[in-house]
Amino acid sequence: MAQLLKVDNVSRVFGGLKAVSEVNMHIEDGELIGLIGPNGAGKTTLFNLLTGVYEPSSGKVFFDGASVGGQKPYQITKRGAARTFQNIRLFGDMTVVENVMVAYHMHTKHGLFSSILRLPNHFKGEQEMRAKAIEFLKIFKLDGKADEVAKNLPYGEQRRLEIARALAAKPKLLLLDEPAAGMNPQETVELMNLIRWIRDEFKITILLIEHDMGLVMGVCERIYVLDRGIMIADGTPEQIRNNPKVIEAYLGQEVE
Amino acid sequence: MMAFNKRFFGTVAVAVVFYAVIQFLITGEMLPETYIDTLILLGINIILAVSLNLINGFTGQFSIGHAGFMSIGAYVSAILTYNFQQPYVVAILVGAVAAAVAGFAIGLPTLRLKGDYLAIATLGFGEIIRIVWLNTEYVGGASGFHGIDRLTDWTWTFIFVLITVLVIQNLVNSTHGRALIAVRENEIAAEAMGVNVTKYKVIAFVVGAFFAGVAGAISAHYFYVIAPNSFNFIKSFEILVFVVLGGMGSTGGVILGTVLLTFLFTWLADWPELRMIIYSLILVLTMIFRPKGLLGGVDASKLFKKKGGSSNHGTTAQG
Repeated sequence: MAQLLKVDNVSRVFGGLKAVSEVNMHIEDGELIGLIGPNGAGKTTLFNLLTGVYEPSSGKVFFDGASVGGQKPYQITKRGAARTFQNIRLFGDMTVVENVMVAYHMHTKHGLFSSILRLPNHFKGEQEMRAKAIEFLKIFKLDGKADEVAKNLPYGEQRRLEIARALAAKPKLLLLDEPAAGMNPQETVELMNLIRWIRDEFKITILLIEHDMGLVMGVCERIYVLDRGIMIADGTPEQIRNNPKVIEAYLGQEVE
Repeated sequence: MMAFNKRFFGTVAVAVVFYAVIQFLITGEMLPETYIDTLILLGINIILAVSLNLINGFTGQFSIGHAGFMSIGAYVSAILTYNFQQPYVVAILVGAVAAAVAGFAIGLPTLRLKGDYLAIATLGFGEIIRIVWLNTEYVGGASGFHGIDRLTDWTWTFIFVLITVLVIQNLVNSTHGRALIAVRENEIAAEAMGVNVTKYKVIAFVVGAFFAGVAGAISAHYFYVIAPNSFNFIKSFEILVFVVLGGMGSTGGVILGTVLLTFLFTWLADWPELRMIIYSLILVLTMIFRPKGLLGGVDASKLFKKKGGSSNHGTTAQG
């Protein structure tokens, strides 16, 4: 198995605050990794460092063998790392199918001028994109709502659409930022099955941030724990469950 | 896709018939001179509003420097025909390209600005351009550029309106248009989905400025004279009002808004006091009853959709 992601001693400073401090991480091809930690631990900041939204203050992130230093988010997405957001960021006024079609945009072959002049390859390209997007929506059981405006979908379906949109970008690494936030227990179980199924079906690597311990412990093969910017533990769910440092971070120290 | 082609050719056919009827009336001298003036002014306004809508409505970048781009097209084309005796079409194209270059120059540094900040920056840019013309003796300074030949006629105006609407509609209803709308809807998500946000903002500014330049060039060659003060920020706001009244992000709505306001202004020209009152009332009432603009939020593809027709319309309005 090749190494897909390597985080090498990465720190990020905001003013005087060290949001992420000398973090090391590695993810192998095909793994399903969880990233947990109390509120404000720096999980989303770490995500933003991995996807190019922030530049590390020091240290380096290697994706698929090469550094992502100085690359913009869209370039990193092109290299094969797609993400979802903690607070859903759909293109609200666009239809469901158009949301997915945006993810295909970076693979488009017809240029600006063939679209303006309506050359034959514009029609061919658009038709292919649309057909592909509809096929894709079928997998996520959203094809019945293809022409609905995205912001009118119920919350759970918006989450699913956001994951579908990220997957449509054909990533090698899928980063999910709190996919179960705001879901009821039944929806969370469905989501767990969906995540496992995505990994097996698309043969991709997944890194997810989650607060729902049931989901993380149930679905992840390996877990990283971040507390106040410092990586305090990593290991299998069983190891994490029994790690005194993790228990301390979540529940506080035991009184003697 | 056949449905789309049919509708496309249908629209063009209606437009050409409209052109032919007006042209017939003009050659038969059945149309008073003032009516022709209004029609040409209308054409110029439509080009301005539809091109501003690409920047403001579809890409969501609040720009109010459109009169500045327009003035570049006007002055550059006037210099070319008057001082260098270049043909009309060449002058228009060079003027438009000059405006597009200015759009690139203003677009690139102001891209990091959002909302109000971008609005102020573009407003300032428009004023800078105007001051430059005001202080350039070569183009007549404050008294303006006089003696430009009247080379614009109904035919040329119609051709350029048609080209503008077609280019912008074709751009918007494509994957590139979806990228523009994605930038408007959520910049961070667009970037995360692989859309080069910077590139598409610049494209919107360049294409929008290009057609503003075309409109400026056409108007310079119809009204004989151009003066710096006709390209002040009030002109920019006038274009913005066409867009907002019609419905941001809806080309049909913007054309409708422009037609209504242009005719209103012309018909009420004899009662200047009343004109501004009625104008204001219309704006207030529209914003109360149709806050998204006349056709904003109306899904055109659903109104005209035939069974199983394509719905690749990007003309959804801003929320």
